[in-house]
Amino acid sequence: MTTIEPNAAAQAAAQAAARAAATASPAKAVTPRRPLGEPVLEVRGLCVDYGVGAKGVQAVFDADLTLHRGEVLGLAGESGSGKSTIAYALTRLLRAPGVITGGEVLFHNRPKGSTGPAETIDLLEADAATLRRIRWSELSVVFQSAMHALNPVARIDSQLTDVLKAHRKDMDAQARRERAIELLRMVGISADRLRAYPHELSGGMRQRVMIAMALALEPQVVIMDEPTTALDVVTQREILEELMELRERLGFAIIFITHDLSLLLELADSITIMYAGRIVERADARDLFRAPRHPYSLGLLNSFPALHGEKVRMEGIPGSPPSLTSLPKGCSFHPRCPFAMDVCREKVPALRPAFAGEPYRSNACWLHDGTGPVPVELAAVSPSASGSRAGTAAADGGSAPGTPWAAGVGPAPETAASAGAEGSSADAAGHPAHAPNHQAPNGDQA
Amino acid sequence: MTTTTPDVVHGPPATGTPALEARHLTKHFPVHALRFGGERQVVHAVEDISLALPAGTVTAVVGESGSGKSTLTRMLTQLITPTSGELLLDGEPVGKSARERRAYTGQVQMVLQDPFSSLNAAHSVRYHLARPLRLHGTPRAEIEQRSLELLERVSLHPAESYLDKFPHELSGGQRQRVAIARALAVNPRVLLADEPVSMLDVSIRLGVLNLLDELREREQIAILYVTHDIASARYLADCVVVMYAGQVVESGPAEQITDDPKHPYTQLLLSAAPDPAREEPVELRGRGAPPSLVAPPSGCRFHPRCPFAMDICRERTPPPLPVGPANGGQVAACWLHSTESATAAPAAGAPSHLSTDAAPEA
Repeated sequence: MTTIEPNAAAQAAAQAAARAAATASPAKAVTPRRPLGEPVLEVRGLCVDYGVGAKGVQAVFDADLTLHRGEVLGLAGESGSGKSTIAYALTRLLRAPGVITGGEVLFHNRPKGSTGPAETIDLLEADAATLRRIRWSELSVVFQSAMHALNPVARIDSQLTDVLKAHRKDMDAQARRERAIELLRMVGISADRLRAYPHELSGGMRQRVMIAMALALEPQVVIMDEPTTALDVVTQREILEELMELRERLGFAIIFITHDLSLLLELADSITIMYAGRIVERADARDLFRAPRHPYSLGLLNSFPALHGEKVRMEGIPGSPPSLTSLPKGCSFHPRCPFAMDVCREKVPALRPAFAGEPYRSNACWLHDGTGPVPVELAAVSPSASGSRAGTAAADGGSAPGTPWAAGVGPAPETAASAGAEGSSADAAGHPAHAPNHQAPNGDQA
Repeated sequence: MTTTTPDVVHGPPATGTPALEARHLTKHFPVHALRFGGERQVVHAVEDISLALPAGTVTAVVGESGSGKSTLTRMLTQLITPTSGELLLDGEPVGKSARERRAYTGQVQMVLQDPFSSLNAAHSVRYHLARPLRLHGTPRAEIEQRSLELLERVSLHPAESYLDKFPHELSGGQRQRVAIARALAVNPRVLLADEPVSMLDVSIRLGVLNLLDELREREQIAILYVTHDIASARYLADCVVVMYAGQVVESGPAEQITDDPKHPYTQLLLSAAPDPAREEPVELRGRGAPPSLVAPPSGCRFHPRCPFAMDICRERTPPPLPVGPANGGQVAACWLHSTESATAAPAAGAPSHLSTDAAPEA
């Protein structure tokens, strides 16, 4: 790849430090974490392979996710990281050669209007009748390409009423039609488009129809697989705004799958980052942005040029994502990781909290196993920690002996205040950089 | 058009003759008349754009799909013939004969969006690089050596190991580098990159953008970077040109455009772009979709979506007006910045800077 300037690592450090500084500024630190509802979907140890035997590859390995009621859970990763595979596996839509080889997906079903305790169903064990009862009415999916997901030879109204015909046997044709109109109106499409064919609608309207269809039976969980990737930014923003309003009103939870981390940071409550089939980091959106713990998360954050602030040269992540057929030994990220150590080449790290004071977030990286120093870039204080959990986390972090990050982040509030960095927050690139204790990678696009 | 457009050439400021200059490029695509006896209709894809690409600069063209940015690029490569307007290479008008066209392709090259389909799956990297070299007269004995140099120029090391690979053996980023190497084979002065990173994984996009930046710096190539991602345009480009519905609505130095956009459409684009550092909730300025280009709106093409639209916007096309700091090179085609319409105050809620600080001189 390109020759990396010697100050690249320093810049990365400066950005991380600036992010940390911004969070530490008192004005923003007080927003507490959004209170979470009860879990509605729990994925435990999910493993998915493509193909069996010698030619099989592990697409998802030991994935744990918990989705709470009303939460937006973002699932981010590059192509081939297994994010879509998880969505297909937990809805049991995975087709051969995909095979679910382990784990459980617990769905705590509490249909609208019911008051009793939630009924827990393991979706991976469920029979066809149970699946038919759950799918779409309680758990629905919005697929990426509305162009292909809608039937090109059927009108919008018949596609919208189809699902009602199948799941709401008590509705008559008139009631179904009214519901279809109501659904279209809900996503901002006028009723006269009801008799239109998909090709008569713009890309944004088609995606809105897909969302309306997914919400037709008022599900508890909606899985969205890259729902806005093919759309222009303005349309994307409009649809996401509508979606968030609908979520407030109807109270469903969303698993939002995308490769666009910058979008997810604005949208999601919590974010799960996947790399080569494994979850590498799980954190609140704000925590992830201000204080990433895994080097891959940090690399992703440094892959999106900022819209404001000083222009700095950014390096992204050297190398390219590994092929699932030839995963490197140990941590799959180690060939691209600027902080790789010997242990990373040998053993796969487990997903666990980074610091004792952060039980609400976890990552899979040997840097955080508590034995060695943690690079400053990966050790900023989580905003959540300075909010509702201020006491414990700060105390734990501050007293951890021998960790450079405690020293590195300590003076941040003063610096932030004196630089007046409140408004421009993360982009205060002029912020004094803390020298990183690791050398920048010899970036090779190999 | 009711107004005569003054000659404004968009692009980064530079002294001397730009490597490539486009003057008043217009492209109308004919469509079939729908009714018998109906008038012949056209899609107004690109309307009167003048653009200069000086050596050693990156110009970004930003816009939504359908804004005409790809049509503009294709006209610059001579893949499609403009309805009107002319191209100047080093100040000389570009001729139409086959020989002159061949010479033109030796100076102006293009990188396509999707490296998964722009490389032929049946041919090796060696073939992809040797073909342009041979067509442009490299002696057979030198082709191997030149191919290796090309791979080194796009940072694919060791070059020998890539020469006999096939596209399916390469990752997306490597494929796009091969595509760039192929474009560089003829030693072009101008490189037109049409969404070169949008099909790549996010973690390797910056690598390709940095490569383009190095080519600009090291070899003084003039680069046109077409994108829908305004943040990456700001990162890479010296100058940003914002297009809407076939017209340039605003252009100027990259940071000035993103930090202080003057045209309501640029403001809309920026408000819609994802920005994790944003603290306050997004306030989208103007909704709706781009207009049909068969019968574009009268006056300013953005007026049906514009929150500040005035009467004059519906009647007359705004000329490019200098905005921002004096001699800053920022121009916006918007009546809000015209002294003519200064009496007609913008709608309530309009930001005050929109109407007041239009620079009087260019």
